[in-house]
Amino acid sequence: MGPYVARRLLQMIPVFAGATLLIFLMVNVMGDPVAGLCGERTCDPATAARLKQEFGLDQPVWQQYLTYMGNVFTGDFGTAFNGQKVTELMATSFPVTARLTIVAILFEIAIGVTLGVAMGLSRGRPVDTGVLLVTLVVISVPTFVTGLLLQLMLGVEWGWIKPSVSWEAGFGELIVPGLVLASVSLAYVTRLTRTSIAENARADYVRTAVAKGLPRHRVIVRHLLRNSLIPVVTFIGADIGFLMGGAIVTERIFNIHGVGFQLYQGILRQSTQTVVGFVTVLVLVFLVANLLVDLLYAVLDPRIRYA
Amino acid sequence: MPEPQHLEPPPYVPGGTPELGPADAEVLRTGPGGRGPGGTGPGGTGAGGPDPTGGPSAVPSAAPEERVRSLWSDAWHDLRRNPVFLVSALVILFLVLIALWPQLIAPGNPLDCDLAKAQQGSGPGHPFGFNGQGCDVYTRTVHGARTSVTVGVCATLGVAVLGSVLGGLAGFFGGVWDAILSRVTDVFFAIPVVLGGLVLLSVVTSSTVWPVIGFMVLLGWPQISRIARGSVITARQNDYVQAARALGASPMRILLRHIAPNAIAPVIVVATIALGTYIALEATLSYLGVGLKPPSVSWGIDISAASPYIRNAPHALLWPSGALAVTVLAFIMLGDAVRDALDPKLR
Repeated sequence: MGPYVARRLLQMIPVFAGATLLIFLMVNVMGDPVAGLCGERTCDPATAARLKQEFGLDQPVWQQYLTYMGNVFTGDFGTAFNGQKVTELMATSFPVTARLTIVAILFEIAIGVTLGVAMGLSRGRPVDTGVLLVTLVVISVPTFVTGLLLQLMLGVEWGWIKPSVSWEAGFGELIVPGLVLASVSLAYVTRLTRTSIAENARADYVRTAVAKGLPRHRVIVRHLLRNSLIPVVTFIGADIGFLMGGAIVTERIFNIHGVGFQLYQGILRQSTQTVVGFVTVLVLVFLVANLLVDLLYAVLDPRIRYA
Repeated sequence: MPEPQHLEPPPYVPGGTPELGPADAEVLRTGPGGRGPGGTGPGGTGAGGPDPTGGPSAVPSAAPEERVRSLWSDAWHDLRRNPVFLVSALVILFLVLIALWPQLIAPGNPLDCDLAKAQQGSGPGHPFGFNGQGCDVYTRTVHGARTSVTVGVCATLGVAVLGSVLGGLAGFFGGVWDAILSRVTDVFFAIPVVLGGLVLLSVVTSSTVWPVIGFMVLLGWPQISRIARGSVITARQNDYVQAARALGASPMRILLRHIAPNAIAPVIVVATIALGTYIALEATLSYLGVGLKPPSVSWGIDISAASPYIRNAPHALLWPSGALAVTVLAFIMLGDAVRDALDPKLR
């Protein structure tokens, strides 16, 4: 296990460097990093030159990147447009988005896996076909449409929830936004679980378990489910990163002050430090989640051994 | 599965027994028929049957070959009987039609707006009502199909060509370039798509569809290249490829004539489904204000513009949303149907 983890960590380094470099280039080469500091006007050339010198923007890009990464590893993410430390913005926004992502993942596991198991076991029946169709519809309606519609129905028309989330954003308020965020992935998890269960339901070990006289729920939970969950776990693990990045749409609809909100503000006001800093952390989250998923394989499937 | 490899050896084995020919013909005749409607195996080796034999080597078993359906005609046979395929193909045909000639069913000008009619409900001649700016929702919804279809088709074409060329070459030649390409795809996978779009497109000032398409190609090709790489590696190990190499075929010929036809099926399936998601992605980016800009007519822009008036004029939001959902659904269902036809194992 140890050497495997070490190798995976080493493999993460080039991917991390490449992804952050890509974002860094997008922001710095294509945009104008000092334009945001002059507000809505164009910068006076002398001021711009002075600012560029002050921030080290007259140096070559690779040197800027190395300096930035050096600062990041000492915990200095720079300063946002309004003089706040980027780390302060992160400290207020990441817990909110983390809560939102947790709610979304819980929905995926609770509803997605349960529905998938039920469908996989009743394959070909009307229930199965019906839910399959519903998942297709959910996949094809973009998240922002689902969000706006649910906000209109539940928040405005029926008044079940508050249409916008308060500043603290507790778990209770995040249930509907979490469901919206999870909706597309939820449909994928359902379909994936269904396929996997239906494939494994005919396997020899299931027949053996039934022949041994094990109760049905034990066959399903201990034998069938455990073997069928591997692709689902892969999907959910990779999804954590996408959910945190995709939360930008959901957070905008429900006015949640999380990572997506800060990123959106950063992009609108051309605050380079905010954008690159947040994306760096998101990429790290994505990579670590994928590593954890690979390690989880060994728990789910004892046949996999990491040397 | 085994039929292609039986085709080639006999003429080249010195003194090969004459029974081999007819025996192979037996395999060919009974093989596909005995496997029911599925016909060809997964991964599309069936198409290799008639194809790679090329020339005189096929002579001993030429006669029964005509009765073997290739993967593609087999898939087409299945698709014509699949109601899901027929419905989604009809919807897509209609969409392409109104994308090319929107005037056919909506003669008005989508930029023709009258503030006095803002947020009005449906009336005679204006079945979908008016939006917040007093523009006719029906005309705008019909005209919005053009941008969505353009973005979807162009982005998919770009992604499919770039991804399958890079992935195919990496999978075929392997070695250092393959390792580099795999790491590069890892890098692109680590960047959330919507986020990359926001960062990249927020600095672009052009209001045409091309920056959006370019961005989708830039961030979309790794998905296809991974699929293409995997399927080329699978196809490369087949015996008919070894045989072609033994015959002295050049790498290019092997790749284009023998591997490509047998490896392209998964790429087509993924690309069809991706087309639907690209249309949804364009709308999402336009909703966030970085995709297309207001003079152009797009469902994403209309939905975004209608969301502040959602209380008083929900119809302005519902019609473009509905059109968007139906379009995406049609492409995803088409991709599903094509996958079922090309890979019977997944049923």
